[in-house]
Amino acid sequence: MFKILEKEELCDKVHRFRIEAPRIVRKAKAGQFVILRQNESGERVPMSIGGLDKENGILTVVIQEVGKTSASMNRMKAGDFFADVVGPLGIPSHVEKFGHCVCIGGGVGIPPIYPIAQALKEAGNKVTTIIGSRSKNLLIFEKELSEASDQLLVSTDDGSFGTHGFVTTILQKMLDDGVKIDMVIAIGPVPMMKAVVNTTRKPKIKTYVSLNPIMVDGTGMCGACRVTVGGQTKFACVDGPDFDGHEVDFDEMTKRLKMYSRYEKIAYEKFLDDEHCRLGKQVKQMDKQDR
Amino acid sequence: MADFKKYEPLPKKDRTKVPRQEMPQQDPLERIKNFMEVPHGLSPEAAQIEASRCLECKKPLCMDGCPVEVDIPGFIRLVMDGEFIAAARKIKETNALPAVCGRVCPQEEQCEKVCVLTKKYRPVAIGNLERFVADYEREAGAVMAPKLPPSTGKKIAVVGSGPAGITVAADLAQMGHKVVMYEALHKAGGVLVYGIPEFRLPKKIVAAEIDYLRKLGVEVITSYVIGKLDTVDELMEQEGFDAVFIGTGAGLPNFMKIEGENLNGIYSANEFLTRSNLMGAFKFPENDTPIFAGENVAVLGGGNTAMDSVRTSLRLGAKNAYIIYRRSRNEMPARLDEIHHAEQEGVQFKFLTNPVRYMGDENGWVRAMECVKMELGEPDASGRRRPVVINGSNFTIPVDTVVVAVGNSSNPLIPQTTPGLETNRWGNIKVDDKTMMSSRPGIFAGGDIVTGGATVILAAGAGKVAARGIHNYVMGTPFYADDDKKGAKETESETKK
Repeated sequence: MFKILEKEELCDKVHRFRIEAPRIVRKAKAGQFVILRQNESGERVPMSIGGLDKENGILTVVIQEVGKTSASMNRMKAGDFFADVVGPLGIPSHVEKFGHCVCIGGGVGIPPIYPIAQALKEAGNKVTTIIGSRSKNLLIFEKELSEASDQLLVSTDDGSFGTHGFVTTILQKMLDDGVKIDMVIAIGPVPMMKAVVNTTRKPKIKTYVSLNPIMVDGTGMCGACRVTVGGQTKFACVDGPDFDGHEVDFDEMTKRLKMYSRYEKIAYEKFLDDEHCRLGKQVKQMDKQDR
Repeated sequence: MADFKKYEPLPKKDRTKVPRQEMPQQDPLERIKNFMEVPHGLSPEAAQIEASRCLECKKPLCMDGCPVEVDIPGFIRLVMDGEFIAAARKIKETNALPAVCGRVCPQEEQCEKVCVLTKKYRPVAIGNLERFVADYEREAGAVMAPKLPPSTGKKIAVVGSGPAGITVAADLAQMGHKVVMYEALHKAGGVLVYGIPEFRLPKKIVAAEIDYLRKLGVEVITSYVIGKLDTVDELMEQEGFDAVFIGTGAGLPNFMKIEGENLNGIYSANEFLTRSNLMGAFKFPENDTPIFAGENVAVLGGGNTAMDSVRTSLRLGAKNAYIIYRRSRNEMPARLDEIHHAEQEGVQFKFLTNPVRYMGDENGWVRAMECVKMELGEPDASGRRRPVVINGSNFTIPVDTVVVAVGNSSNPLIPQTTPGLETNRWGNIKVDDKTMMSSRPGIFAGGDIVTGGATVILAAGAGKVAARGIHNYVMGTPFYADDDKKGAKETESETKK
């Protein structure tokens, strides 16, 4: 059992959990992930590591509500327990002295960029971080990343904050301005990662992406997380999660991510219905008591 | 005291006239609608009659056929005498897993194959009797840990909680060692929980076996990935283990590397079975993990895993469930019982057939598979006739789900993180087959990680050999004492089976 020490809403439907997991934290490195399971009937869900407090043995994960499992997890409170936290899993991000590194995070891909930016900085790199979201109120981890990077640049799709546009709008401008970039690492939604590698393809900048395919065991046993990289099938859990972005077949990955969307919808709607019913009953009960 | 009235033994000449007692089972048309166990188990009366068929041979060949040296005539005699609990304990002297082995061992290839009755009649139903006594003991609440010897002060880590690990742990605990068992998944039991379906091996039985280990003092730690959280070296240097046993199985699914294999709807058997068995996806949405089994399901392969997958797909609602196997029925490695069960349930077998590519729709879902017909040529290294493609025999089968059950390779996690641990070209750990010690002193291995994909009982057999090897190693007794040639010989013949 793994205790939630703190839980905080970062923006609508996105929560940060600080979980007591000293053994995992002692071993984990930037770029790795964990698998969470809430309870006996729960799914095993891979989650990027969004922070490692080595001193206090605390693991940070950021969970966005997209379906039943994540909704149910986001209803948990400080003091509650996850049935399982397994990890650290996957190969740590490649950290060495590259020179100028650009770390790019989009949406809930922003938190896992944070420990990577920290590690790259520690390795003596100049770190520029670009983060993007749809709108200002959805922007997360801005403070953390501005501390971890030499320079933090922000984009919003609607122009409510920072550069109006996408993370690639900023990246392209840097390239146009002749900024020397030695390495890029991008984590975020598949279309964002695809756009980033398309931007860095021509100038031939080494670009890593961190993939988040559907996964079950996370140790190489099930093969659910297979992705095509450079024409070869790889298992993201043991061969990744980071891969050379220029080699990844993003279109196949997009389709594979949708494999269970029909089921996810059924489960999510049922969960929201049940929750609605429970709330309704509570309100009725309170009404009765008031009378 | 007897649990049941003693059955008066018949004169030996009359024993062959008693017919083999049939196992009552769920009706095929009913059982494909549920995940409940197919055979119901023998009644006490039927078990006693079946036991009375045993000729009590002076030199029991059946025991030679058993990789874990169960005293088969001994336990069968106790069944005849109505001493069912004593019979269960007799088996447990050498086999920690009777309820499991009674269900999943290929008895027709082992003990029952060499039963003297087999030549002229049908063999004694040793597997069914084993299952009966184990179930009887458990259901009577009579499972007890044997009296343990005083502690040796030695501490042994067992990595992986499948059949090999369970056997090693049970044997070492009974020798007085402290055993800690590590499992990467959230539930202990390895392939017994993620791989074998409820209708063949109910999970409560595996849970009871793990409980038995706990009764023996074994500490079981789940959700703990050795090679990531602690390396094997860290277990020995920092956690103070005197020896480590690696029984992590053949965990990496093989694919055929053909066009379209990553389309949606194409699963490895490991994933398909893990979703259904371990995660309980057959109960979706009550359980959160989903599974997709469409109307036309093709399962590739001819082993037990293929049978388990295809029968699972029927229970998940498949209208057409196919086994696609590149050899003929005679070469299928699955247990006869499972092939029969699959046939009864309406599985369609397509022999001498091999897929060459998959066709998908615009959303990336598999819609059809192109196959070729095969014919059998000369025997290959496995001794089976090699399948050869018949040119121009291509044809297409409409499918919306495919389960690839063509075997597993070894998971590289531990070999990669354990310097100096020698592996062969398939990534299996090399061991001395008399002791199961690897190239690294103190590190032992057994089961599928050594042999590649095999059976539960072979893994258990390897576990027994490893337990002796580990015991001798940690106690500083010689592995092969010259004055104990018998012991060495026994181990040798055991590993060959």
